[in-house]
Amino acid sequence: MSAAEIAAAERTEPLPPRARRASSRFLRSELKLIFGRRRNIAGLAVLAAVPIILGGSIKLSNDSGAGDGGIFGQITSNGLFVGLAALTVELPLFLPLAVGVIAGDSVAGEASVGTLRYLLATPVQRTRLLAVKYTSIVISAAFAVLLIAVVGVGLGLALFGAGPVTLLSGTQVSTGVGIWRLVLVCGYLTVCLAAFGAIGLFISTLTEQPVGATIGVVGLAIISQILDAVPQLSAIGPYLPTHYWLNFGDLLRDPVATDQITPGLISAVVYTVIFLTAAWARFGSKDITS
Amino acid sequence: MTSPVTATHADTTTPARQQVAGAAAVTSSGLTKRFRGGQIAVNNIDLAVPAGSVYGFLGPNGSGKTTTIRMLLGLVRPTSGSHTVLGGRIPEDSQAVLPRVGALVEGPAFHPYLSGRDNLRRLDAADRTADPATCAERIGGALERVGLSAAAAKRYRNYSLGMRQRLGIAAALLQPRELLILDEPTNGLDPQGTREVRSLITELSATGVTVMLSTHLLSEVEQVCTHVGVMHIGKLVAQSRLSDLRAQSAPRIRVQADRPDLAAAALARFGLTEIVASSDDVTAQLGSADPADVNAALVTDGIRVRAFGLVPVNLEDVFVTLTGEGFGVSG
Repeated sequence: MSAAEIAAAERTEPLPPRARRASSRFLRSELKLIFGRRRNIAGLAVLAAVPIILGGSIKLSNDSGAGDGGIFGQITSNGLFVGLAALTVELPLFLPLAVGVIAGDSVAGEASVGTLRYLLATPVQRTRLLAVKYTSIVISAAFAVLLIAVVGVGLGLALFGAGPVTLLSGTQVSTGVGIWRLVLVCGYLTVCLAAFGAIGLFISTLTEQPVGATIGVVGLAIISQILDAVPQLSAIGPYLPTHYWLNFGDLLRDPVATDQITPGLISAVVYTVIFLTAAWARFGSKDITS
Repeated sequence: MTSPVTATHADTTTPARQQVAGAAAVTSSGLTKRFRGGQIAVNNIDLAVPAGSVYGFLGPNGSGKTTTIRMLLGLVRPTSGSHTVLGGRIPEDSQAVLPRVGALVEGPAFHPYLSGRDNLRRLDAADRTADPATCAERIGGALERVGLSAAAAKRYRNYSLGMRQRLGIAAALLQPRELLILDEPTNGLDPQGTREVRSLITELSATGVTVMLSTHLLSEVEQVCTHVGVMHIGKLVAQSRLSDLRAQSAPRIRVQADRPDLAAAALARFGLTEIVASSDDVTAQLGSADPADVNAALVTDGIRVRAFGLVPVNLEDVFVTLTGEGFGVSG
């Protein structure tokens, strides 16, 4: 009897341990791992420190900045703008860095410690592993954005109060509407960073060096922003992953200007799909020798 | 090696092979792995690990044992050939079969900043077949079993090599398993730990668990294994019951006589070779001769024989014969 025949004969028997119904246990374990790690907690503290420094220094300098009209100019008139200003400041580097650390670590980190082989032998299906890893990256990105916004708004309301919100288009709305707009901004930025996280996940499947993966993905964000700033390269601008990030300001107009937001969302979705597919194709057939 | 001995060996292994075909925990046919550099790590091996056996997967460092184990667990794709684990094909049936397999692959690996217990919790959380309700109980049991309960709350980074190895074995025992694949489980353990692991293997085997024990230590195989497969430079150079492998080696006889020199001369006349005489006894290669004939010849020659017997086979010599060089590092 050949090995294949034995297999065929035995395969007909029912195989005892069945997968239990879908549960979030693995995802929760993953989040616990991310948010329980001192390095990541320190990173979150840095993200949260920016709105505090921003709001605090403006309060202390007593400079109203009125007449500027932009997000920064409005800080003293309404606390909501501390959160928005902090997001603006952190978007070029700190937020991509935060997402880059988590995404870079996702697969490469497990490979470098050797735990990847044990997870896969448990067994965790490779697609499921990527799904859990990516979901936790997106949750981390959303958490980072919300943390900045909440700390900024909380501090801003305490320092500057909640006056009527003057939108970038000049219309005044109530604080309630202002908060709703801020939620939209956070959602938009999370979608943008989720696309960036998909690139990070893909890079993380290429290496066993989590730091290398992080540097790669953060470097990519910086290069993308530099290329986007070169006027001669404006033709490729719209195709760069970071191109539409700062357009979140359009969500603060009345009515919301969608001419940049819509392509921004489409760009994010396209990047997400492409790089998740690439990560899946790469990781699905990879020899795990770590 | 002389032909009748080989024939005897073939006869004795036939029933064993049939048993293997009846219920095999692991089988492979033509399993080969060639890495991208062109180096062949595993070359056309046909494994047969019988259910219920303790299978010693023996070979020097670099002989392809770990790559084979990685293929068995679906971590590495074979270049060619196929294999089954507990009757399921890998990787197609991995999700159904691997929950019944506990594995220690190329040393333990855990998150350094988590405690031993938290590391086990994480692995358990990843296992879709694990019941969360019994998680704490199972983890406690596994830690107890490897003697790590006292250090369960300690961070893994502060564990000694032996404690890490124990945690790795605990992870393999989180669930009731039908097959344990243990790659060098006694690495880094002190003699006491080594004894504990060996008795654990024997204990598990007694409950019907098949154990595939990869090792480069011959003594380990001799002490706990029922079957053995010998790897050498990517090839499986021998595979059989341990007792059959012993029988395969050229047997020697030992004669104690009043006059060993006369006994040696009589053995030489009988046609035996490699005769070594000491002040007390004489040994010789038995070859194809029947020990009864040898004894009769000695008596006929008037030798006063005090003791007569076969010398227990030294397995190390068998392996040196098989691998041609003993247990260095394969290239």
